[in-house]
Amino acid sequence: MWKELRPAVVSFLVLSVVTGLLYPGLVTGLAQAWFPGQANGSLIFKKGRPVGSRWIGQSFTDPGYFWGRPSATGPMPYNGLASSGSNLGPTNPALIDAVKARVQALRAADPGNTRPVPVDLVTASASGLDPQISPAAADYQIARVARVRGLKTGQVQALVTRSIEGRQFGVLGEARVNVLKLNLALDELTHAP
Amino acid sequence: MTLNGLFQIVLLLGVLFLLVKPLGGYMARIYEGNLPSFMRWLSPLEHLFYRMCGVNPGQEMRWTSYSLGVLWFSLLGVLTVYALQRLQGFLPLNPQGLGAVTPDSSFDTALSFVTNTNWQGYAGESTLSYLTQMFALAVQNFFSAATGMAVVIALIRGFARHSVETIGNFWVDMTRSTLYILLPLSLVLAMVLVSQGVVQNFSPYPVVQTVETTTYDNPSLDAAGNPVKDAAGNPVTVKTTTQEQTLPLGPVASQEAIKELGTNGGGFFNANSAHPYENPTPLTNFLEMLAILLIPAALCITFGAMVGDIRQGWTLLATMTLVFTIMLAVAEYAETSGNPAFTALGVDQRVSSLQSGGNMEGKETRFGIVNSALFATLTTSTSCGAVNAMHDSFMPLGGLVPLANIQLGEVVFGGVGSGLYGMLIYAVIAVFIAGLMIGRTPEYLGKKIEAFDIKMASLTILIPPLLILVGTAMAVMMEAGKSGVANPGAHGFSEILYAFSSAAGNNGSAFAGLSANTPFYNLALGLVMFFGRFWLVLPVLALAGSLAGKKRIPVGAGTLPTHTPLFILLLLGTVLLVGALTFVPALGLGPIVEHLTMVGAH
Repeated sequence: MWKELRPAVVSFLVLSVVTGLLYPGLVTGLAQAWFPGQANGSLIFKKGRPVGSRWIGQSFTDPGYFWGRPSATGPMPYNGLASSGSNLGPTNPALIDAVKARVQALRAADPGNTRPVPVDLVTASASGLDPQISPAAADYQIARVARVRGLKTGQVQALVTRSIEGRQFGVLGEARVNVLKLNLALDELTHAP
Repeated sequence: MTLNGLFQIVLLLGVLFLLVKPLGGYMARIYEGNLPSFMRWLSPLEHLFYRMCGVNPGQEMRWTSYSLGVLWFSLLGVLTVYALQRLQGFLPLNPQGLGAVTPDSSFDTALSFVTNTNWQGYAGESTLSYLTQMFALAVQNFFSAATGMAVVIALIRGFARHSVETIGNFWVDMTRSTLYILLPLSLVLAMVLVSQGVVQNFSPYPVVQTVETTTYDNPSLDAAGNPVKDAAGNPVTVKTTTQEQTLPLGPVASQEAIKELGTNGGGFFNANSAHPYENPTPLTNFLEMLAILLIPAALCITFGAMVGDIRQGWTLLATMTLVFTIMLAVAEYAETSGNPAFTALGVDQRVSSLQSGGNMEGKETRFGIVNSALFATLTTSTSCGAVNAMHDSFMPLGGLVPLANIQLGEVVFGGVGSGLYGMLIYAVIAVFIAGLMIGRTPEYLGKKIEAFDIKMASLTILIPPLLILVGTAMAVMMEAGKSGVANPGAHGFSEILYAFSSAAGNNGSAFAGLSANTPFYNLALGLVMFFGRFWLVLPVLALAGSLAGKKRIPVGAGTLPTHTPLFILLLLGTVLLVGALTFVPALGLGPIVEHLTMVGAH
């Protein structure tokens, strides 16, 4: 019974140091040397100040911006410290009510638009921090954003088309548009002389 | 499903099957002590390590000593993980200054990570220090995986040897799993993940100034930190605005890699592999899925190589792939079809070139439907439990798939080690049933299957359902159990059933609406995880010892060949029949009744 205790204790300590300190230390060292931008959060800077991360979405409610996925994090949407989905079940009345309210909000901000609403624009993401929307969801909002900003639809359309990231290597995942980057580009467009 | 969706699935399985043979063969050589030349430089370190431990690598163990090794090693893990969580406030590498974790949550997490369950009752980014994450949890990601691999290798030796009393040396098997298999693979995977955007640092969380100001209802807290309620019992909130966002960081990539390779599944962050800092791109998603399947699938080939008949390994892998395909088809169909309640609201759920469509609640845009349903199916076929979408928000039949996968015993690829030993137990049961039908003594791989062996096999088959069904029944009868439920009706029952299935199967995924970070669930699930792991490991090792001691009987005219399509069907039937007989009534009360109600309403 006690014969196996010594190997247990020694191997536990030594392998803990190897896998719990040396291994993550080595990965951190290599990551900071080779991929410092990615390893530190892929931050986006504007005038030298960090305004967000390429991978972490932000809340947009102004009709002059493209809106992202609804976020279920608490207490505020897109709370970086509390990643979470809604975990509402498919037949839960609370889910149906939430989707209904989101459809109404989108319609109220864009009264002329009677097209069906792309599903990702009215359903909460898994992380609550989804940085992207589908090209369909971006397309749905072009007319509204252009009108509020006093831009030509074609201008905004061109910006959205440029912002679409296709499937990775043409195969993996889904096509998508990064909402923060799109809105920052939109601000540049409007503020340009 | 679109052609591209199908192609993504075929591509994943194709790459997997290309890799299983070289990796499976490599692992067989490692465990037989026949190191390939490119790994031999590590051998002096390995032997120095054995000297420090007082282990003679040439001296093998009987199954009882082997079990003691597993138990001592796991006990140290539980104590260490518990202590580090309780003391993290006084320890370094804690830039956010996070305090001690509660005792019940620490207990639950300690058992969860030592048993390879990796159930997350806590939210990592706001609860655990960097030291706890990497020195307590990531270490157990390695150790619990290495332990699972050691146990299955011991069982394989039971089949491969004859007329001996020993089944290998636990310290050697565990060390080799870590040093020659898990560490090199993790290092490579971690670096690729970082290059794609998974974070890896020890910095404090940066605060960024967001583009828009966010207005929200902030719950008021009293002096003791409890929410203030008004006369009607509703929480009092204050309108608050902020233009700041705090970004969580940490040594994520190194932990992410072993989390998938070791089928652990405990996320650095609350949202697990749905979090963009754990899984930012479709490529990281592809690699994480591949990493989950890689070692469990390759172990089938290791098994074939070690028993001297590679066809036996391919047979098991074929059976697993068959079950996997059936389950995947159901999940993909259910999620692509979308939610009928949404269509009535004017929501577009159709698949097109501009959107993945389907039920996008609880899913990320970059993964869409195909990769979310695929990830859910494979994380529960294996005992991984990492998630890239919220299973609680899946359609009723989409959510049934992960639940049923876990209840089948996670023998489809399965956990590293635990999946294959589960499947081998089913193979023993299958030959036993076949033997009963034709009235001959059952045998598998030249070993006569006798009363003791069937008793041990039956224990491993019967203990998980006992834990799941009795646990669920108790929880739904107690106020403490019911109060955690988030969704009304049948779905609430599914949440509890899922929690106990996940704990007993050492999976770790959840219908996460259930508030399980309570003393009741932390204690109940902690115990279920413990019994679900070690009450299976012990009978499996006892079986290994019994098999190793038997004489090998030559193949005769009456021997049932166990590498044929007929055997695949027999094995498939056994797995599905045992699972169906045990769990169909419980599934009927949960996802099936929810599906029927939904269909009836639309």
